[in-house]
Amino acid sequence: MKFADFVCFEATIPELQAKDRDGAIAELVTSLDKAGKLKRGSREDIIKAVIKREEEASTGMGKGVAVPHVKHPAVKDVVAAIGQSSVGIDFSALDKQPVYSVVLLISPVDNPDKHLQAMESIFRRLQQEKFRKFLRQSRNSEQIEDLFREVDENPAL
Amino acid sequence: MQAGQDPLEKVVCETTVEIKNADGLHMRPAMQFVDVANKFNCDIIVSNSENTVDGKSIMQMTMLAATCGTKLMIKAEGADAQIAIDALRELVEKKHFDEPLPGDRKE
Repeated sequence: MKFADFVCFEATIPELQAKDRDGAIAELVTSLDKAGKLKRGSREDIIKAVIKREEEASTGMGKGVAVPHVKHPAVKDVVAAIGQSSVGIDFSALDKQPVYSVVLLISPVDNPDKHLQAMESIFRRLQQEKFRKFLRQSRNSEQIEDLFREVDENPAL
Repeated sequence: MQAGQDPLEKVVCETTVEIKNADGLHMRPAMQFVDVANKFNCDIIVSNSENTVDGKSIMQMTMLAATCGTKLMIKAEGADAQIAIDALRELVEKKHFDEPLPGDRKE
């Protein structure tokens, strides 16, 4: 699955203002809401749901990346937003290290397969040290979008 | 060296399991899998039709994107390979990660 098919680049936050996990989640959900990707009036509920999911088990998989996510009826299709933090955020990550790249993913309730495909695309790239480095070096939304579009076009990269 | 006597001898076990729970191998089941896999000393690799990944790495396991009905090949190598395979099979097929099956009614 290509990133361009589910990442909302309009909602990218190149420098998260939040210094904590819940704040970062709220910022990214709000950004998706502003971009018109969420059902009207569902923002608060989604923020709560993502945080609740995060409380169950951290999606901070180590290596400075976290993928907070939830399945929610407020979306018809899988949608993601990318946020970066230069100072690092405590996500209670598995390796106890701060998180610099956050990919927020909201999936519909009735399409588990597509959720898995989006996750696969995200982890395939986040696993690559090179990709994580380029992502951290990105200074603005355009650079982040270019990076994701580049790997979309070159699956072998 | 006597075959089957050496405690350091490489034991290799393989099995194929099918993902039974409706939501497939999303992050929470993948974590359960990795947690069980990490209880054993043997090396564990997991393959679908396209990829082969480390069964002890959550990032790599999530990369399998194994949907309900997907068959995964699990290969364990090491002294405790057989019990590792048995435990993983139970988790995937018998307990189906304590998640609903496709036929179960959602609340």
